[in-house]
Formats: sequence, C-alpha cells, structure tokens
Amino acid sequence: MRITCPLCGTRDRREYTYYGSDDYLNRPAPDAPPQAWDDHLHNRDNPAGRTRDLWYHDPCGTWLAVTRDTVTHAVHGVDPVMPVSGRGGA
Amino acid sequence: MSTPPNAGPVRVAGYGLIDRSEPLRFSFDGVEYGGCRGDTVASALLANGVRLMGRSFKYHRPRGVLTAGAEEPNALVTVIEDGQQTPNVRATVQELFGGLRVASQNRWPSLSLDLMAVNDLAAPFLAAGFYYKTFMWPRAFWEKLYEPLIRRAAGLGRLSGRHDDAPYEKAYAFCDLLVIGAGPAGLMAALAAGRAGADVILAEEDSRMGGRLLSEQPVVGGRPGPEWAETVLAELATMPNIRLMPRTTVTGAYDHGTFGALERVGLHLAETGPLPRECFWRIVAKRAILAAGALERPVAFPDNDRPGVMLASAALAYLNRWGVLAGRRIAVFANNDGARATARALQAAGAEVMLIDSRPNASALEDFRVWRGAQVTGTRGRLGLREITLTDSAGSVTLEVDCLAVSGGWNPTLHLACHMNGRPEWDAALAAFVPRPDMVPGLEAAGAARGLFDTAACLADGLRAAREALADLGLKPAALEAPETADQPYAIEPLWAVPGRGRAWLDLANDVTVKDVTLAAAENFRSVEHMKRYTTQGMAPDQGRNSNVAALAVLADATGRGIPETGTTTFRPPYSPVSIAAMGAGGRAEGFQPQRFMTSHQASVARHAPMIEAGLWYRPSYFPLPGEATWRDACDREVAMVRGSVGVCDVSTLGKIDIQGPDAARFLDFVYTNTFSTLPVGRVRYGLMLREDGHVMDDGTTARLGETHYLMTTTTAAAGQVMRHLDFVRQAHCADWDVALISVTEQWAQFAVAGPKARDLLNTMLDEPLTGDFPFMGCGPLRLMGVEARLFRISFSGELGYEIAVPARYGAALFRDLCARAETFGGGPYGLEALNVLRIEKGFVTHAEIHGRVTAFDIGMARMIAAGKDCIGKAAAARPGLSGAEREQLVGLKPASPQTPVSAGAHLFAAADPAVRKHSQGYVTSACWSPTLGSWLGLGFLRNGRARTGEMVRMVDHLRGAEMLCEVCHPVFHDPEGGKMRG
Repeated sequence: MRITCPLCGTRDRREYTYYGSDDYLNRPAPDAPPQAWDDHLHNRDNPAGRTRDLWYHDPCGTWLAVTRDTVTHAVHGVDPVMPVSGRGGA
Repeated sequence: MSTPPNAGPVRVAGYGLIDRSEPLRFSFDGVEYGGCRGDTVASALLANGVRLMGRSFKYHRPRGVLTAGAEEPNALVTVIEDGQQTPNVRATVQELFGGLRVASQNRWPSLSLDLMAVNDLAAPFLAAGFYYKTFMWPRAFWEKLYEPLIRRAAGLGRLSGRHDDAPYEKAYAFCDLLVIGAGPAGLMAALAAGRAGADVILAEEDSRMGGRLLSEQPVVGGRPGPEWAETVLAELATMPNIRLMPRTTVTGAYDHGTFGALERVGLHLAETGPLPRECFWRIVAKRAILAAGALERPVAFPDNDRPGVMLASAALAYLNRWGVLAGRRIAVFANNDGARATARALQAAGAEVMLIDSRPNASALEDFRVWRGAQVTGTRGRLGLREITLTDSAGSVTLEVDCLAVSGGWNPTLHLACHMNGRPEWDAALAAFVPRPDMVPGLEAAGAARGLFDTAACLADGLRAAREALADLGLKPAALEAPETADQPYAIEPLWAVPGRGRAWLDLANDVTVKDVTLAAAENFRSVEHMKRYTTQGMAPDQGRNSNVAALAVLADATGRGIPETGTTTFRPPYSPVSIAAMGAGGRAEGFQPQRFMTSHQASVARHAPMIEAGLWYRPSYFPLPGEATWRDACDREVAMVRGSVGVCDVSTLGKIDIQGPDAARFLDFVYTNTFSTLPVGRVRYGLMLREDGHVMDDGTTARLGETHYLMTTTTAAAGQVMRHLDFVRQAHCADWDVALISVTEQWAQFAVAGPKARDLLNTMLDEPLTGDFPFMGCGPLRLMGVEARLFRISFSGELGYEIAVPARYGAALFRDLCARAETFGGGPYGLEALNVLRIEKGFVTHAEIHGRVTAFDIGMARMIAAGKDCIGKAAAARPGLSGAEREQLVGLKPASPQTPVSAGAHLFAAADPAVRKHSQGYVTSACWSPTLGSWLGLGFLRNGRARTGEMVRMVDHLRGAEMLCEVCHPVFHDPEGGKMRG
C-alpha cells in the first residue's frame, strides 16, 4: 500500500501509523452531552466503500486524512489535517 | 529398473542450450552422475536415464518429472549442504553446479523401495475426507494417537532442524514499468519501453530469458528463437534504464503498484562468496505488464502418474533447451493442435513417435502414426512407464512406449492478475480462463498470459501492451515493429478426464484423483471452495497450477453445471513458494528491531553492567562489584548509595519534546490536566496527560526554559505515542495556534545525580558552584567545563536530586566523569533495578501502574485535573464509572512478615474471601525489596483502596504459588513529607 504524503511524496505504508476514522477530528464541546462524547470516542461506521481515515506519517510528523475505498483499496485523496499554510511558528 | 536397456531418456547431439564443454559432477541419493552447465537437476537426471525422481505425498506412488518449470508437482528434492538441507526444491528449477548433492524425499528406506507405499494398497480407504471421517472418535485418541500418526505421515521433505545461518537479503526497487516474464511478449514490451526511455525492470523466473523462444524455438525474424532473444537481450543490456532480473519470480501483486519478487541469487553457485542465497524484493511500479506465458495442463486418465508421463511442452523443452530426448518411443496424447509440432520435433530428434489425438476429426496427415478419436485408458510400469493402452471406437490397443507426452491444452498464467480479488473469465474457444482488464489496477496482461498462444500474436501483443503503458506514463513510443514469425494454429476440444478403471490423477502434488472430486460432489461439497478443502486439491506447493482447471471441470461435470457457473478458485500470493528466511532477511537476533544506545552505553558495558531492553533502548540493569553474588547484592548497594551519598544514572531514554511559540503555554494547558501557563520561567512542574477517553496516557516533568519555550519529558516507553498525540492535538485541534513541537530526545544526554552529596558532586565540576538557592523544581542553563548545559532540580528517587543535560556528543565523557567523581564521595553509577526500588519506596508511578486502564482518580491525582480550563480527556474522565469507591485505587502494600516477597501480578482478596477470580479486589503492579525500610514493598490497585488503609488483605499469586497477608498503606513509604528532596 502506498500513500502520498503532501509534504514528502509517495511512501510505503510502513512509514505510516493508522488511527481510524476521521470522525475523531470533530471534538465535541467540553460541555456536550455524554452521547456526543460517546459517539466521538467509540462509535464508528464500518463502510464497504469510501471512507476517510487518519494516518500519521511518522518521519515528518504530519497527520493526514486519507480518502480511500475499503473495497477496491483505491486512494482518492490525501489531505493534511492542518492546512499547510496554517503552520504558524514552524 | 524395469526399463529395457535401449529405452528411457537420453542426451542427443546437436540439441540444447547447454555448455557441453563444461561437464559437472553431482549426486542424487548418493549416486554420482554427470551433467552440463545449463542443466537443471531434472534435465541432468533425465540425461542420465533417471526417470524416478520422487514419491507422492499421500500414497508414496513412484513419480517422475511432469514439467520443465517452476510449476513442477512431482520432482521435489532436498538439496544437501554441509550440516544443512533445503527440502522441497523443485528439480526443474535447481540449476546444476559441480558438487551439488540432492536427495529424493518422502520414501523409506529408498526411492525405488519405499515401504510407505503400503498406503497405496490402502487407497480404497484413504479417499478424500478420510481424515475427517476416520479420526473423529473417541475424542481422547486425538492427542495421543491420531495427531502423532498424521504428523508422521505428513509433509514431504524434512528440515535439518538447525539454524539457517546462510545469508538472505531483502531489497526495494522502483520503476516506471515492470515486465513480468521474458518470453516473446515480455521481450518485445521491454524493448519498446526501453527504447522509449522508460525505467524498466524485466523479471524472469527462469535462469535464462526467452521463455518459449528457448523451449519451442520458433523462427523469429528469420532467425532461431534463442538467437533473436539473445539479440534483444544484448540491446537491453546496453540500456541504463533497463534492469534485467533473471531467476526472479514475481510472487505477488499488492496495492498501488507494489509487487513482491523472489530472486534466487546464489542458489545456482557452488561457491556463493558474499552473495546471499535469495533476495526478497519489493518492487513499486507505475505500470506492469504480465507476460508470464501459459502453462500446459495434463489430462486425467487411469494411472497417468507413472515416471515417464510428462507434459508435451516439457518433452519439447527437455529436447530444445537441454538436448534430452525424454524417450526412445514416445506417444503424444493431445486434445489440441499445439502438440503436433512437439510430436514432429521429437521425431526429428530421433524418437519413434505416435500421436493419439482425442478429436475424431483431427488431421491424420503426419509422418507418424496418428490415432484419431482415441484416448489413453491405462498405463503400466511401476517405477517407469513401459506401455500404454489406448482405446478408440475400434477397441483397445497396447503400445510399448517409454514416454507419454500429454497435452490437455493451455492455461494462461494469470495468477498475479487475481491477487487483488479479481476474477478471470472463461473463454470457451480456448477452454481456459483468461484475465479481464483492470483486475489489478495498472497491470495489463499480454501474450499467452492473455490467451494468445501464437508466437506472432505474442510479439505483437507485447508491443501493444508496452505502447499503452508508455502512453499512460506520458512517454513517446519509439518506432518498432514486431518481427515476422510463422503462425501456430491452436484448436482444442476440451478433454479433462478419461473414464475407466484405475485412479486418474488430477492433483499429482497432493494425490487427488477424479474420483475424490466426484466423491466431494456426491457428499455435497459442491462449491469449488468446499471441494478444494475437502479433497486438498490445489493446496500443495504447486498451488493447483497443474490441476485447478481440470478439477473444476470435473466438479462442474459431476454437479451438472458449466465451468463458469461452477466458479474459479481464488489465487492468492505467493505465486511460487517463498522461503521465510528471504522474507525475514536481516530480521534475526540484533536485526529483529533497531537498537538504541545511550551515550553511556560503552562505559556501562565496561563496568560489566547487564544491559536490558527498554523498548528499543538498552539500559544498564545494575553495576556489579567484585564479591557481589547476585543482582540483588548490587541493587541493594546502589539503593543505599543513593540514600546515603550520591548515585549517577543515565536518564537520556526519557522522551524530550521541545515546545516553542507564543501559544506554547496554552498548548500545554490543553494537553496536560494541570496548568503550565502559570509556571514561572526557570521552573519545572510535574504534568499528567490523559487520553481523550479519560484514562492516563503518560506523565512527566515539563520545564519552562523561556517565556515561549518549554521542554517536556515523557516516559521512555510512551515517548513515541506522546509525540504522535501532541502532533495530533496540535494539527487537529490547534491549527491556528502559533506553536511548534519537535522531539529532541536524541539531541541531549541527561544524567540524574541523586543523593545527599549530589550538590557537592556537581560543585566539583561546575564553572559557578550551586548554592541552596537553586530551588527544588527549578531549572536553568549553566556552563559545565565550557559546555552549555541545562540543570533541572527534579528527583525520581526522593533524594536531593538534579538532572544535568548536555548535547549528546558530550554524554559519554560526562557520564565517565560523573561516575568517577561520585566514587570519591562513596557513590557511583546505579542501574534500572535500583532506580525502580527508589521510585517504589517513594510511591512514584511508572507504566506498570499507568498501564492504560487507570484514571487520574485511580492513582490519587484527580485534583490535578484543573477546574478552570478544558483539556484532552477531561470530559471523558468525568464519566460515571471512572471515579468512585468501586474503582481499584493505587495503594501501598507491606507484607505482614517483612522478609516474604511481594509478587507483581498477584491478586488481592479480602482476608476472609476465597482466592478465586470473582472475589478478586485488585492486583499488585510493582514489588521490590526495600533495603531502606528492611522490608518487601508493593504497589498495587485495590478496590476502594484509599479508604482501606490499615486493613490486612490477602495477596495470592496463583502462578508462583505464593500467598500472604499484606497491610494496605499509603503508596509513599519513604520520607512521605518529601523533606529530603526539597532540602
């Protein structure tokens, strides 16, 4: 499997750590009801088809949201979780 | 042998691509034979008249070579080296070299007299499903009788049982175009792509490139096939953008253009020198062309497994490639036109040839006898074929032959195209499965692999596939025409199995007959996947390459369905067996995972410290002194040394993360439960970090080095996880904050200097001496013999303690100097064992306690979750069930008798409860002998533990068989007021 890191280029999956669905990006407000936190932490869809999930590119430390297909294994898009232009202070 | 003297295979003059000027000696089952450079073990044995090469898997039937390639199901041999043996080597693949020693397998006491062949007599009782039906009851017989019995009878070759110390490699390669197979289609494709400037890898399983140009030797471009192939290869060899990889089997197609390939690097050499035996490649290709050709398939007829029965293509290959005539009287049995050329070639080489064509309307116009509409219905000759019986409408005839060349048609070698779950389609005209387009993205089949069995079509198709790939790659194809070659018509009428008495073998490698498959169907294993598992058809090392389609056809017939309705079996990687040693090359012993060494490593080893693994790091366990009998002696001394004078410990393995920016303080407030924005510059604070689910992730100290500059430390074990977590929080939740993080673990060497004499020791080396003003939990830069260093007054031992950090390049020197100076104070270095005792005495937690299932409440740190701010894990930590009296809480444990060991992992029970699981109220996480308190101590978790101080609980270690009463106490055993470390 190959994923294209927007910063480094196309790399073997051995360079990445998988984290699961990109639902995890949507952190509820601190005072959100318990159900919202439960969904955020635990409840995930398991789609046959398009999915968007989180991968960490270990060598450069970039978190990526990868759109891919669980049936064909095609990768449709890779976006850094944080827009590249927003890298303040780096 | 049963073969008459003027029969059997023989080397003939004027044929073959072998080097007859270089005779080689080799041995088979201890008997010496001669061969030539260019021979395989199979061709050399045949040239010596040896037809019997192995015994079958289940019935120990005598078997000879069926094929001339890697798909060989019968001729599996063991290659013997000094002290080592490699089983299940295909005799058709192993190249000959001088001094090569091979042995047959699966026979006892010898290949020609195999007593295990008694299985063959028991065959009526050993049909498909025999194991399932027989070894069912009584249940108690399984372990003692059935399993040992099956295990003894199972398997083919045997391993030596010794370590394989031979070198193997793994490697990576990248290219624009991977061409799999170097026959006519593959060579044309590589030539077209090479001339167009593409980066090409041409991988060929065989030792010599050319494919059927070598075995069939059609005239191409007015020249013999091998000559044309050599010309193309010579041109390819001059191109810097082409990599030729002979002896390389592409074994699997994976996602996104990744392919696995196994290269036999040194297996054909008597002296390999520095070369590895094999190399496992991961090849990443933008485009790939599958030009792997086609495999001829046998026909199932009664007793079709005798030595001397082989594929027609194999008989032709042995003649053209290795100059071996497979017999003097050869019958060719075929259902297609392709085998006619083979019959003619065998006749031209001097064999007496007859053709048995199963098609009633086939042409009879040949220079040899042709039986039309006839089938082979039986054979004789136990250790080698002597005669065959053929049957046509006129009746049966017996013919004396020493070789039967069979052709049941051809199957495109499409396995790689199926590796990503794509299903091929049935081509009724070819009576074969052919690949569909795009079964593997970026992979295009060409030539015979696509069902084009004619050389001219293969050449043209290779060119076509290359042009398409070049267009995808944005490269301009060079002007190139496919060379002229004669047409080879291919017409076929399917014939899978010939009815008759006697066993007709489908899968020679696993001894599966036509009857086994029909039995499976009769017992309702009608799905091809069920049939396969019930009969084991296709599950041998050849993975059904010789039998899948025929078995499917027999199943289709038995179940009254068509072949496409019956389905196909799934081809999975690897296409050919891959040795585990090659896939795991370099992964043995130290190569298993990276090793991380501290700058003090050599000094510790020089002091004879046993180094133990901590994640990837190696840390000193203890520093033994003369006269110390056990690790405990050293550990007790080191603990007393730190409590009494001063100790030095390398703590560089702790993760160090440098955090800078105007929003650094805000960021730390968000990732830690407690507040860091209020921490003054020049101070250090202990921080607790949660996972978003409310459980403790890690802890450590963070120093504020400047207004916008912090240095975080993590535990050794969680350094990577914390870095990943911080990157996530920063990028996912704080994208518009001005803060940057980077790991500096490797950049700084850091040493703990702990004990009442710690300050005195440091003052012997600092440019400006420390005074008592440098406060507990203070930090700051300082100069150490001219080097810019950092000092932190923190303590993991409970003593007056400092940690001093220098750039890593000074670490080794500083450690030696600190140890030497410590010794003048009666101190010295201490290791991980003492470090652990010191922290247990102080009740400091490590990942033994914060193991992923505990909350801040559990470890008594609920108040560290600051009220006035949000932080990661705060909302979830407030969930019901994550705090309260029902939780198991951190406690200290003191045994009723101080000399009795507390054991980590033991469970805790109320004193009156029986020690069974449902009464377990907690467990011990850490235990040690405390020389300071003269007692064993433990840390553990106990239900509602903090409210139970003073209670005696029962500690039971079922594993070690230990049991005793412990007193529940506060987890800080030593200096609970902390006066020593603050002093």
